[in-house]
Parts: sequence; C-alpha cells; structure tokens
Amino acid sequence: MNMDKPLLKVEGLSKTFGGLQAVQDVSMVLYQGEILGIIGPNGSGKTTLVNLITGFIKPDKGSVKFRGRDIAGWPPHKIADLGIVRTFQNMRPYYSLEAYRNLIVPLNSPRAKRMGMGRWGERDTVALDILEEIGFERDSFVPYKKASALPTGYLKRLELARCLALKPEVIIADELFSGLSASEIASLVPLIEKLQGGGITFIMVEHRLRELFSLANRVIALDFGTKICEGSPKEVMANPRVRQAYLGPGGSD
Amino acid sequence: MAEVQRRKERLDRGIKVRAESIYAVSSWEEAAYLLAPRIILVLGLLLAPLLVQSPYWKRVVTVVCVYGLLGLSFDFLAHFVGLVSLGGALATGVGGYASALANKALGLPVFLSIPLASLAGGVVCTVLLLPCLPLRGVYFAIVTLMYPLVLSRLVEAFNILGGTDGIPGVQGFGGPWAESYIIISALLLCLFGLRRLVNEDLGLILRGVKDNDQAVKASGISVTRYKAIAVFIASTLGCLAGAYLAHLYMWAGLSLFALDFSILPIAATVIGGGGTLVGAVVGSMILIPLSELLREFGTLRIAFYALVLMGFIVVRSEGLMVWAQRKYHQFERWVQI
Repeated sequence: MNMDKPLLKVEGLSKTFGGLQAVQDVSMVLYQGEILGIIGPNGSGKTTLVNLITGFIKPDKGSVKFRGRDIAGWPPHKIADLGIVRTFQNMRPYYSLEAYRNLIVPLNSPRAKRMGMGRWGERDTVALDILEEIGFERDSFVPYKKASALPTGYLKRLELARCLALKPEVIIADELFSGLSASEIASLVPLIEKLQGGGITFIMVEHRLRELFSLANRVIALDFGTKICEGSPKEVMANPRVRQAYLGPGGSD
Repeated sequence: MAEVQRRKERLDRGIKVRAESIYAVSSWEEAAYLLAPRIILVLGLLLAPLLVQSPYWKRVVTVVCVYGLLGLSFDFLAHFVGLVSLGGALATGVGGYASALANKALGLPVFLSIPLASLAGGVVCTVLLLPCLPLRGVYFAIVTLMYPLVLSRLVEAFNILGGTDGIPGVQGFGGPWAESYIIISALLLCLFGLRRLVNEDLGLILRGVKDNDQAVKASGISVTRYKAIAVFIASTLGCLAGAYLAHLYMWAGLSLFALDFSILPIAATVIGGGGTLVGAVVGSMILIPLSELLREFGTLRIAFYALVLMGFIVVRSEGLMVWAQRKYHQFERWVQI
C-alpha cells in the first residue's frame, strides 16, 4: 500500500434514523492499494457506513472525498461509475438470469464500456472470463445455471464478479465471508490477495475476525456508530475498548 | 401397510445445451420440434381472416390483435421490468388522438400517421409517466390508473380535440384485407421483436431492474433511465394499437380512454400466462371471441364471462402458456420414492 496516496477520505460522517444515531462523526482515510478492515459488534453501524459511502443512504453531515472530490450525497450509480463498487451483505443477484448473464448487466454500464470491458457480441465471453477468474469452473454447467439455483458460496463470488465487471478502483465488501464454510473462505482469501496485487483497493466489513486479520493491512473498529480504535490488526486486537465492545464490560478475559 | 410415496419427476427434452435459448439442432425432427409452435401461431394468425366468413368476425379478429398488442405491452412492463401499469388506456388514447391529428391536421396518409403517432405518443406517455418512475409496486399502478381518467376529463372539460364529439372523418384503411393484415403483421412483428429484445443486452438490464434494482444501481447504471426506455417501448406498442383503432373506426374520441383498454389486456395476460409474451396474445384470442359469443345471453353475458374467467384462473392459475410450454419442453413421469 501507498501511505502517501489517500484515495478516499471520510470526514465527520453522521447519520441518524429517527432517534438512533447510526453513524456518529466517523472519519477515516483509505490509501491506494490497501485492504482496510472494518469491524464492530452487531448494530455498530458498519453497513450504514458502507451505505453512506456508496450513496445508498444520504449522510446528514460530513464529507466523503474521492481523489479530492466530495461525493457525499451523490446517487449510488454515479458513485459506482467512479469505480467505488460494493457487494451486498444479503446477496443480490438477478435470480431469474443465468450466472453469466448476471454479468451482462454491469458490463453494459457506462463505466464498463469506457474501460473497454467488451464490445457488443464479446460480452458473453468477457462475462465467462470474469466468472472463471472468480472461481466458476468454465467448462461446467455452473456459469449457465440460473442464480436462483446457485449455492451461497457461488452467489458470494457472483457479488465480487459484478464488482470486477466494472474494473473497479475500490471494492467495498460487506460481510463477504459470512455464511461461508472455512474451506470456502480459504479459497477466497488468495483471490482477494490477487486482486489487491492487481491494484484494487479494498474495504472489508467483517465479522470473521481471524480471516480478516490475516488479510487486512489496517483495521478500524466501530461501536455504537463511533470509531473506537484504528491501527494494525495486532494493535486493534489488543485494544481494551475493542475487547469490551465485543465481550461486554469486564470481558477482558 | 406403508403407503407408496410417489413424486412427479420432470426432465427436459434433451436438446437444450447448457443455457436457456441455446439449442443444438442436428436433425429436421428437432428443427420441427423447435419451430412448430411458432409456425402454428404465425400461420393461424395469417389464415384467420381467410377462414372467417362474415365481416363481423373479421372485425373480431382485428380487435383480438389490438388487445394482443396491449397485452404484450402490459406483460413486457410487468414481467420484464417490474412496472405494473393499470393505465393501458393512456397509450391507446394518446396514440389514437395523435394519429387522428396527424391524419386530419397534417394531412398525412395512414401508413405515415400510424407509425408517427406511435412514436410521438410513446414520447408523450413517457414524459407523462416520468414523475412516477421512482414509485414502485401498487403506487405506480394506482397513478397509472388515474392518467386516462384525468386526460379524458380534461378533453371533455376544456372542449379540446373535439370535446365529447371527438375527431370524426379520420381516413380508413379502404377494405377488410388491409384492415386485417396491417394489425396482424404489426402484432407478429411486435411479439417476435419483444421476444428478441428481452434476451438482448437491453432486455437483460431491464430484467435486472425487475429482479433487483439496488444491484443495478450498484453497477453504475441509472435505473430511472432504463425504466424510461422500457416505458417508451411499452407505450409505443399501446399507441400503435390506439392509432390503429382511430383509423379502423375512422374516429378518435373519448372512448379511446375507456377502462377496457386498461383491464382486458391484464385479464388476457393472466389467463394466457404472464412472462411468456405469447401468453398475452393467446389470452386475447380466448377472451375477445368469448365475449362476442356470450352476446346471445344478453344481460347475463357479464356473469358468464366472469365464470369462465374464474374457471381459467382456478384451473390454470399459472397461465395457459406457462403450462403448455412446460408440457411441451419437459417429460413428466411418476417415480416411487
């Protein structure tokens, strides 16, 4: 990672739902090429933070700067067009379409066309290439199955594949590992490392701390919508406030 | 004694290759298997005006095609874009008046006024519906239901476009053959065109919007833009039907905004099978002649009509063509478990 190249800068981001302060004055920096982990107990505001950055929810206060340009409050498709793409915690494929046709949709986006992700007539091939890269066996029936017939492991990969079809700068993965078996996660980890090596910056929101800590360069911990700690995985793991947030008061084992 | 457990097993007839809609055809039998349903439909429609004798039933055939077009428009929006429109009459009204104006005021002949009115009407309907596009589900449906009612009241209240008298003296087609074959060929073109479209890239994006508009947004695509394109396509079909009606009756009037044009195509789609496109056409082939046959019952007509409608929905609730396509493409057998 490149510590002097901030890609995304979040400052003082806040959002209230009714009386609930979901995200409160969160600031963070994402550097080019790194994997930034975001952890926190249930309801700590992780997914809301993702929704705020990607435009699915408009912030009450604060700014999100991508390469110096404030994108807070932009509509989601404009933010995705910049190359900041996300996966959804509860997978959102197009269930009535075959796996490879799920990718025809993002391949037709203005960004994919600009980035040269396949012309008319080549898109099926490009879609199959991306699926193969992400772990769909190319010569099997799997890429041709309807998304409604695919198991969770493949649907999670399909979420990543949808991001890759846009040639992204930043992938924000919202609980990519949840619901997967240990061996499925083990096969995803090298894939993410490979994508990072290819120049993609990651924000990974995770509950699976062990797997995240082996991947992430830096980690931010949230609790009750505020940032309680930031640092290397080791520092965050040792932080008493993080332990307290996860285990409750007195839970410093 | 233990009861023997059985379940129905369904197997595809073996010529599909991996994906839907990709077939490996290696013999004339297989080609015939694939083409037969299409040929039956095309030939049946083309021969229908020759087979019926009376001018009255020739007219019924054209009306079947008009409702078929409206049903296609509804099925496309509802099952491939996820927008349930209860306002089919908006398109027939706008298209009918546009074509009458193009013919009477601009002096354009029929073969120009109908296509022009369809496209211009499509634009007008899309602009009118633009504010409702962010609405979903029942909210969109209710707002679309209002449009034809409001427009016909406006025409009446401000006495514009001929007011309650309408615009008489619109040029006709000049004979029953032109009348029949113009609408039959339009229907076939739209049916096969739409079937092609929903498997092209544009169609896949629209189906994506239906399945999951959040994921479409996350893919950097403006959902509103594609909904507008879809509404334009569907309204153009509806306007084509309306424009044709104005020339058929040589008159454009308030009845072009009638509730029938909104509701009957939906009933036809439900009976024929939603999401198949051809189901909307088959549905109108059943409903429209049925409603004519029931005329002999006088005031009881609508009661019998409702009974038949209920019968279809109870016995084949999935829709006739969904059922027929499954029977045609899959073996079924009982197996013991």
